[in-house]
Amino acid sequence: MDPPPPPTPTGIPREAWEGCSVLLDINDGDRLAFFRLTPAATVKIGNRTCSLKPLVGRPFGTLFRVGPDGLVPCTTGDAPSRDDSMQDGADGQVQDETRDNRSLVDNNTAQNLSSDDIETMKRDGATGDEIVEALIANSSTFGKKTVFSQEKYKLKKQKKYAPKVLLRRPSTRRFMRVDTLSLLLSMANIGAYSDVLVVDMVGGLIAGAVAERLGGTGYVCSTYLGSAPSSIDIIRMYNLSSDTVSRIVQIPLSDLCSMGSSENTPSVLNGAAEREVVEPEDAQASLAQAVDMAVSDEKAQLSTEQPTDMEVSEPSLEVQDGNSSLDCRGGDGSIASKSKPGKRPSPEKMKYWKEHGFSSVIVAAPDHEIESLVADLLPLLSYSAPFAIYHQYLEPLAKCMHTLQVSKRAIGLQLSEPWLREYQVST
Amino acid sequence: MMVPLDPADKLTSQRRIAEGDTVVVYERHDSMRTVAVRAGGVLQNRFGVFRHDDWIGRPFGSKVFGTGGGGGRGGGGKGGGKAGGGFVHLLAPTPELWTLVLSHRTQILYIADISLVVAYLELVPGCVVLESGTGSGSLTTSLARAVAPHGRVHTFDFHEQRAASAREDFERNGLSSLITVNVRDIQGEGFPDAHRAAADAVFLDLPQPWLAIPSVGLMLKQDGILCSFSPCIEQVQRACEAMRSCFTDIRTFEILLRTYEVRDGALNGGAANQEATVGALPQKRRKFTAPGENADTAQKNSSVMVRPCSTARGHTGYLTFARLCVSESQN
Repeated sequence: MDPPPPPTPTGIPREAWEGCSVLLDINDGDRLAFFRLTPAATVKIGNRTCSLKPLVGRPFGTLFRVGPDGLVPCTTGDAPSRDDSMQDGADGQVQDETRDNRSLVDNNTAQNLSSDDIETMKRDGATGDEIVEALIANSSTFGKKTVFSQEKYKLKKQKKYAPKVLLRRPSTRRFMRVDTLSLLLSMANIGAYSDVLVVDMVGGLIAGAVAERLGGTGYVCSTYLGSAPSSIDIIRMYNLSSDTVSRIVQIPLSDLCSMGSSENTPSVLNGAAEREVVEPEDAQASLAQAVDMAVSDEKAQLSTEQPTDMEVSEPSLEVQDGNSSLDCRGGDGSIASKSKPGKRPSPEKMKYWKEHGFSSVIVAAPDHEIESLVADLLPLLSYSAPFAIYHQYLEPLAKCMHTLQVSKRAIGLQLSEPWLREYQVST
Repeated sequence: MMVPLDPADKLTSQRRIAEGDTVVVYERHDSMRTVAVRAGGVLQNRFGVFRHDDWIGRPFGSKVFGTGGGGGRGGGGKGGGKAGGGFVHLLAPTPELWTLVLSHRTQILYIADISLVVAYLELVPGCVVLESGTGSGSLTTSLARAVAPHGRVHTFDFHEQRAASAREDFERNGLSSLITVNVRDIQGEGFPDAHRAAADAVFLDLPQPWLAIPSVGLMLKQDGILCSFSPCIEQVQRACEAMRSCFTDIRTFEILLRTYEVRDGALNGGAANQEATVGALPQKRRKFTAPGENADTAQKNSSVMVRPCSTARGHTGYLTFARLCVSESQN
């Protein structure tokens, strides 16, 4: 098994290597799924099963089409993507002003080619693009459509007869609503060398995103309630280096809270109490909380974001070989197997955190009661450290904020709801 | 240190305010400023007169009292300390706080736009990012945090004085090793050849970004990401047109942040509050309640009411993201 290519100076790998995790974008966002490029890995496109071997060594961002022998990288001459296919329609725009759909009748008679004709073409070796051209030529209504409508028709046929697969590098922004996640990372001042305390009940999304932004420095201490660690499986999708992965540790919250309680408290606390400085663990301005309102936002999400965003929230790791690759055991000698995330932190590290505090805390426990959770977490923070709490409901956050305001344990509290809308820009 | 360049720089509970440190003086949620701490220095504001010497040796996050002034309004002044003095909090600076306190030489980007840009550009430590224009350095500071300690932000502005002011700010904030500032007309000349195929990401905030798009195509590594910020949709349209030839996955977004305010739940006729005032503004209760202590059961049962703030930041601009196409001719 080849090791991953040496990282570029910036540490972002630009090409896929054997055994790495990739995100395949099939037909321009219609289907997104994760795959691991093991030797036997395949993907099903339409009714064909194609090997993923041609993807190894290719740059991320490469588009593939389904050729007679499997996946083949597209050359610039191949069928264009949605972005530049609009150029063809430029001439037609003058005529568009007189075109509309008043004469279109949906009675299934517009297409003159039958499915048998198409099968014959396939057997004769016609490429997908040739079939699409033939369909267009044999459509009695195509010429009467507006430019946009013709475009839509062409894309629809292309997706069926000439599907495309885009090789993408997995990145954190694909999961949670990107604006929510990005705000949490900013507001918690995530950067190199931070020791970040995280309560991650979203599958490891937060822990992974924080680890990415730490770039192999600092620590992500993922803490959990009860005795069973919450799953952080998503992290395995990120192609994080072993350095980065080793910095993700897990420990029950009860252990964190009780650590060193019998030891001498650092002198600073005594000093602060003497001098009337009452609440040293003040939080920072406008960094407190991010709210993601499930009720109103879900509707917005469905209508404005690509439908696949809903799918990707539970990424499917499709690996078609015998190994239980999900565990990274069994022959997949990639680096992920050597350094699994989620080890327990060393006692030295815990002592350090007890004495120095965490740089910030992020809480993503969308179904959980947070007020008491926050009360347990705040004492673990450094003085003047920021914290960011995500919840899908407004009321628990409002209650928590009110309690914090009253107790004056934190300042600069802000309760916000991010709102993201995508625009369709015609060019 | 706003952005630690070394593990020893980072903020911890052991750290003390020292001479030469920059602190963010937090007066109220909407009133903050940065102050460079120096022996013998004095800060005067509506809450009183504050001597820097009182700050030196304290932890960040401390609440400090001043003398005289203010009549204790908003400052509390209760429970000892210096009689009649108001108080402020001293916070450690971060890029978010910097965005709120920096001097606006130009219109700036705020946290919602900034955080989406940093995340969508997929910036991680070690990345190289180009920016034009620099403006007041609001986004630049957050870009620096994202790529620290070994990455670089190369920022360009065509206005010599503003570039100089930005350079000074970055120097004062300890960011000079991460950020280079250059005076250059990116719309007219494009980015310098020195950065060809070297940038992981490029950010544009220009009045005519379409003029710079071809140059961006040369600067980005393959699959690198471009973001262009424009207030008007017509600018977005022209920029998208220019992107079509070399870029893919072109998407335009707007992000807004809606803030909420909370107050105690007792409406008229409720018994939980001592003062049930009609149309009361959010009031901070004077009583200190340690979290987890349920001394006052009435408080535990009282509900909290929340509503959107009446004033909110509105439209700032559209953010268009795109990826550089992978081409075989690129080497």
